[in-house]
Amino acid sequence: MTQSAPLSPIVETSRFPAGPLPPRAGAGLKTEHIDAILSDDYRIGFLEVHAENYMGDGGPAHRALAAIRREFALSVHGVGLSIGSEGGIDPVHLERLAGVVERYEPAMVSEHLAWSSHDAGYFNDLLPVPYNNETLDRVAAHVGQIQDRLKRPILLENPSTYVAFEQSTMSETDFIREIALKSGCGLLLDVNNVFVSATNHGWKPMHYLRDFPLELVEEIHLAGHAEDVDDEGDLLLIDAHDRPVADAVWKLYEIVISQAGALPTLVEWDNDVPEWPVLRREAQLADAILDRLGPASLLGSRHAAE
Amino acid sequence: MPRNDPVMPPGQRDFGAALLDPDLPLPEGIVGPHGKNAQKRFAVYRNNVTVSLIDALAGIFPAIQRLVGDSFFREMARTYLVMDPPQSPVIFEYGGGFAAFLERFEPLSKYPYLPDVARLERAWLDAFHAGDADPLAPDSLAAIPPEHLADTTFTAHPSTRIVQSSFAAVSIFSASREDRTLDGIQPGDAEDGLITRPFDAVTVRQLPPGAADFFTALIAGATLGLAAGTTVARHPEFDLPSAISAMLEAGVFSACSFGQANLEQTA
Repeated sequence: MTQSAPLSPIVETSRFPAGPLPPRAGAGLKTEHIDAILSDDYRIGFLEVHAENYMGDGGPAHRALAAIRREFALSVHGVGLSIGSEGGIDPVHLERLAGVVERYEPAMVSEHLAWSSHDAGYFNDLLPVPYNNETLDRVAAHVGQIQDRLKRPILLENPSTYVAFEQSTMSETDFIREIALKSGCGLLLDVNNVFVSATNHGWKPMHYLRDFPLELVEEIHLAGHAEDVDDEGDLLLIDAHDRPVADAVWKLYEIVISQAGALPTLVEWDNDVPEWPVLRREAQLADAILDRLGPASLLGSRHAAE
Repeated sequence: MPRNDPVMPPGQRDFGAALLDPDLPLPEGIVGPHGKNAQKRFAVYRNNVTVSLIDALAGIFPAIQRLVGDSFFREMARTYLVMDPPQSPVIFEYGGGFAAFLERFEPLSKYPYLPDVARLERAWLDAFHAGDADPLAPDSLAAIPPEHLADTTFTAHPSTRIVQSSFAAVSIFSASREDRTLDGIQPGDAEDGLITRPFDAVTVRQLPPGAADFFTALIAGATLGLAAGTTVARHPEFDLPSAISAMLEAGVFSACSFGQANLEQTA
């Protein structure tokens, strides 16, 4: 027998609690918060990890995540599959993701509408794609390839972007809806990304939400953004994940929940990470909105019936 | 399924090249909204890529960062990441070529121990993420019949790494990671380092003369007798009993076997 047996994927019986992500607030998991989360009387609704941080074979990071997973629902959020890549999905990396999914049996798996890898290497950022039929076919095929391997649907997240492409022929919302219809994936609506991209491209966030297929949304992301300026001196927002959620983003979130009903809602805070109580306070703000607006929502009956 | 075009369209190739080289023009078709310029907009991506990879290198090589200073490290990392960008989205594996880069980095040529310090740091993180296995129990060799000790072979623990240096790389690594000065360290003293993680904690030890050769031979599959013989031949002062005690204490191996038997720890 090898000693890694207790940590290797077990397929016959689940070692972890099953079930979907609850329609409550969750938090992006940071190593330095794990002890505080486990000992906190406030039980966060779920936790989300970046899949790439758990692609090692073993060690203390896996033991800590297993301890979390035994007590909480988990969402696995990939940042490196490069779904928009012109070079195709890296089969080695897809296997790594499948390994993390088999190991932790997460309630949800999600990835980004972006690319990050090329022959030259991995750029460690979520880079934009033009919205046209060529990209549409490619991204839908890649999502299908991923779902076939994982044997489950994934959620695709709307991006925050800073530039546009002359090659684009359709709106972001039409593009995302078509991807979902072609591939059968669900959607992750990042409300901060909506606000960032809308500001950066001169869209109205409300128009974006009106056009976005809310009925396909299964998870929400919230995060803080930073302010910069573009070449013309106009406001340019940066998806920084380094501060509290902006008031304007909370307002958009209230609108989303009042229309779509209570949805699992993740607060992301990846840079200048604060103490756990600060992140918990953001999660509790989201919980309060979910409690207040979720039950009376326009689409609330959809979730109640599930 | 992904398309299998023999020739990559220029879009992402040009985009990626321009990310890493600020002197290149904006990629074709990249614009701001409503006819706006996109220089500062595209610079957001350039900055994200560069800063996130510099931060990643600083996280992997904190001892090097302290030794050369923060601003020097960030400028050096900026040079390195263009020459050797990550080849995988698993960022904790990045920097395998950093030690070799340091060897050729002329501004640091007066500090020839830095590449081996970087090798120790890279090995530290490899050990942190390596697979799990119980180390050999301290009494495991006592269970082997004496006549079989010499033909016993060992299985390395997945976390075990050895870094041999012509410099005092282990002392300098430890001093830097513990935020101590290098006072009293003779950089020219050769040191061998052993990195293990039998359970959760990664440990870096300085090895006595010969022990690195001895462990390296055992890791490669040599029998205990052969490894001890070749080590003593090269290092007459080699202390075999001490080395065996040290390897059991450090958790260098996870299993051993002799003849047909295979002794492994059972949970």
